[in-house]
Amino acid sequence: MTGTVAEDPARLAEFEARIAADQSIEPKDWMPERYRSQLVRMMSQHAHSEVVGMLPEGNWITRAPSLRRKMILLAKVQDEGGHGLYIYCGTETLGVDRHDLVQQLLDGKAKYSSIFNYPTLSWADIGAIGWLVDGAAIVNQTMLAKASYGPYARAMVRICKEENFHKRQGYEIMATLSRGTPAQKAMAQESLNRWWWPSLMMFGPHDKDSSNSDELMKWGVKRKSNDELRQRFINLTIAQVKAIDLTVPDPDLRYDEASGDWITGPIDWDEFWRVVKGNGPCNGERIAARRKAHAEGEWVREAATAFAEKQQRDNRATTDTQQTAGATDE
Amino acid sequence: MTAPNPAFFTALARLGDDRLVLGHRTSEWCGHAPILEEDIALANIALDLIGQANLLLQHAGAVEGAGRDQDALAFLRDAMDFRNVLLCELPRGDFAVTITRHFLHGLFSVLQWEALSRSTDDTLAGIAAKALKESKYHVRHAGEWVIRLGDGTDESRRRAQDALNLLWPYTGELFMQPADEAGLVAAGLTADVSQLEPAWRAQADGVLQRATLTPPATTWMQRGGRDGRHTEHLGHMLAEMQIVARSHPGAQW
Repeated sequence: MTGTVAEDPARLAEFEARIAADQSIEPKDWMPERYRSQLVRMMSQHAHSEVVGMLPEGNWITRAPSLRRKMILLAKVQDEGGHGLYIYCGTETLGVDRHDLVQQLLDGKAKYSSIFNYPTLSWADIGAIGWLVDGAAIVNQTMLAKASYGPYARAMVRICKEENFHKRQGYEIMATLSRGTPAQKAMAQESLNRWWWPSLMMFGPHDKDSSNSDELMKWGVKRKSNDELRQRFINLTIAQVKAIDLTVPDPDLRYDEASGDWITGPIDWDEFWRVVKGNGPCNGERIAARRKAHAEGEWVREAATAFAEKQQRDNRATTDTQQTAGATDE
Repeated sequence: MTAPNPAFFTALARLGDDRLVLGHRTSEWCGHAPILEEDIALANIALDLIGQANLLLQHAGAVEGAGRDQDALAFLRDAMDFRNVLLCELPRGDFAVTITRHFLHGLFSVLQWEALSRSTDDTLAGIAAKALKESKYHVRHAGEWVIRLGDGTDESRRRAQDALNLLWPYTGELFMQPADEAGLVAAGLTADVSQLEPAWRAQADGVLQRATLTPPATTWMQRGGRDGRHTEHLGHMLAEMQIVARSHPGAQW
């Protein structure tokens, strides 16, 4: 993406005035190239995250322990696919092609949420993901529903509604496990222990270390900083953890009377950057799974294209024949 | 609550197990389909089928009157107690196998639901009426793909024909009317599946012709699932499906 395009100062000023006036930017409006490229980056990462996110959860569909849970999980994973499709389409309003974006993912050039590079190892992980991962996503997306780019903001409104259902079902799984047999409760706690810190990392690095944040906030794509959103998530979640009689794996956790915030111990940013840079437990597996599906599906896509072309040819031939017949009649 | 009815229980298990097992196989695609639209469609179809199974097995449990609910039937029965046709339990195969199976079983399902929507058992009639709408969509989806694959490229045509050759010998079992359901058919509770074959064949041939595909000449048909004699595949499938539920006896989820 170009980062050094010289923008027309008058148009740029007009654009920034619209942002300042909280006006929604729509696909046909003029926008700085950098705004467009930042949105493409952010929206396509979001879409990739939905699609890659189908894998860790899909891992438990065939083992869900009741038909009700199996149906809920299927519906949830289906929703994630729908979100991916919806956001890819939203990204296309910025003049990019979905197939190119998918290719970037397959080539390992595009990022997606690092959280999906962690494995799902027990049924409780389906609860933890719904509760914590979708919960963190909601905090982030509620903010993005007010983003300055109209198609993205509207997509977030719709997606947030479904994510709320996802979060509820996840929390319900954890609550049920927690009041279940000792083995079930241990399963829930063990899962929370593994997912707690990675879910806090979902909000991205501390504000002082976040390279894209300033620009995104200046242009009204993001409305709150990584640390503000993370704190909001922590405050919401600690109360929920206590309500189902589990504990977070953080000996330093304390309540700060003055601010009303729960303050966690230090986040392991080495782990965060390690996973972002490709060295998480499942980075290789996730991309390999996407590549395999794409490669194995190639003949299907080719068949669909070939058939569509035949249909078009046949339709044209029919139209030509009809026109010829019409001309003869005259 | 009516008196326990073992024959009707078995008939409902046959209906429910077809959908549970086929739904499970379909759910295996999740995240691995050729295009994102098909990931969504296949998850949706799996969800419909498992939803149908949920209702049918719940009703089966009530009819059996032995205190088993749909989860006990799904997760705590062994392979020998499953009553689905063998067609539903074969491994998912490639996309052509999956689509062709949905087409062949879906066509049968539409006819079966139409007949069962007139069942003298109100609960079954209600389930059938709901499932009929879903199955019509499944057939439309699968039928369109059968035509695309059959009349697409050389490779897709070969794969679609291979899938048809593989699956065809398993279609006969759909229409083998179990002898133990004679009383149920007479009472209008269930439908005689052997009556459905001519309409099924006519509709299947119509689509297969458009897809330039030809059913194999074989007349020998596989059978056994309706009586609990399965392929080697079902045990593996159930081992996966039942592992969590069976590892925690008596647990609620």
